[in-house]
Amino acid sequence: MSDILIPSVITLILLWGVFKKVDIAREFAEGAREGIMTLFEILPSLVLVMTAVGMFTRSGAVDMLSALLLPFTQTLGFPQECVSLAMIRPFSGSGALASVDKLLGSVSPDSFPGRVASVIMGSTETTFYTISVYFAAIKKKAYPMVFAGACFADICGFVLSALAVRLYFD
Amino acid sequence: MIGVISAVLCAVSLWAAAVQGNLSVLSKAAIESCSDAVSLAISLCGTMALWSGLMRIARKAGIIHFFAKLLRPVLSRIFKGCSPKAMEYITMNLAANMLGISNAATPMGIEAVKEMDKQGGKYARRGIAMLTVLNTASIQLLPTTIGTLRAAHGARTPLDVTVPILAVSLVSAAAGCAVVYALSIGRRKV
Repeated sequence: MSDILIPSVITLILLWGVFKKVDIAREFAEGAREGIMTLFEILPSLVLVMTAVGMFTRSGAVDMLSALLLPFTQTLGFPQECVSLAMIRPFSGSGALASVDKLLGSVSPDSFPGRVASVIMGSTETTFYTISVYFAAIKKKAYPMVFAGACFADICGFVLSALAVRLYFD
Repeated sequence: MIGVISAVLCAVSLWAAAVQGNLSVLSKAAIESCSDAVSLAISLCGTMALWSGLMRIARKAGIIHFFAKLLRPVLSRIFKGCSPKAMEYITMNLAANMLGISNAATPMGIEAVKEMDKQGGKYARRGIAMLTVLNTASIQLLPTTIGTLRAAHGARTPLDVTVPILAVSLVSAAAGCAVVYALSIGRRKV
């Protein structure tokens, strides 16, 4: 399904452009140029964010913090195996993917923690990275409203993942 | 706030690594991660250029306008007071996210926030916050990445998590939007 999607979208857009007599080569180059410019405009901010995130994911802090959170997650009925994933997820996409991969290697994908991890991975995003990119692009400071909304959505996502797996698969 | 969070992350990492006697790993992580940011930007260059270029064609050809009109009844409520051009980018960003083409979603999202920022004012502040929340809740019709990973680890039906994923995304996105809305109608600027 996803294998046919991307080539079809590309082809459809180009054909539609031809049909509507758009100067495809020129408009494409102009759009692509803007895209590359934006990317390099946000790069300096990304260096700081990614350095901090890289230190965080590899320092062992995640394991220590998830051990500290144990009593709290137990009362919520949240699987202990997924705590470190929930902690990495808002910061690092590749880190989260590696964490799920490791988790699914140690427990079955069809077990409760395996399913919860899958739902967390599918229903949340790298929040901190997304906010950094958008606000680096407009060169403004991200305001509390953004963090409040995004963090609340993330926490809901984590808590509801465990709940949804219980309700849906039992 | 990004700066503060980065500082806190570094402090927590330093503490954890010092306690565990892991400092050499941490020092390597710091130096490698900053180069990772540059490699990431370079590796994203191709897809970013491709999708930005295609989206410009799509906009000139009226495709985006068509989709924006289609989604207007829903989106005009969430993004009240945003300019039509911003709405077009927002539509494309959300559509790309739903289809799971995140490489296309990022440039469209950036264009959308830029457009809203240019417009300025109270509605723009709220609109940018709403878009960020909707993006971070990852509303995707078919969770292909996790499906592939589950299949690789021998799940019986890899995509059997689709319904709970969609449900959780939608509910948490709605919850996040509700928080943004509640904060935006208050008298204090947050």
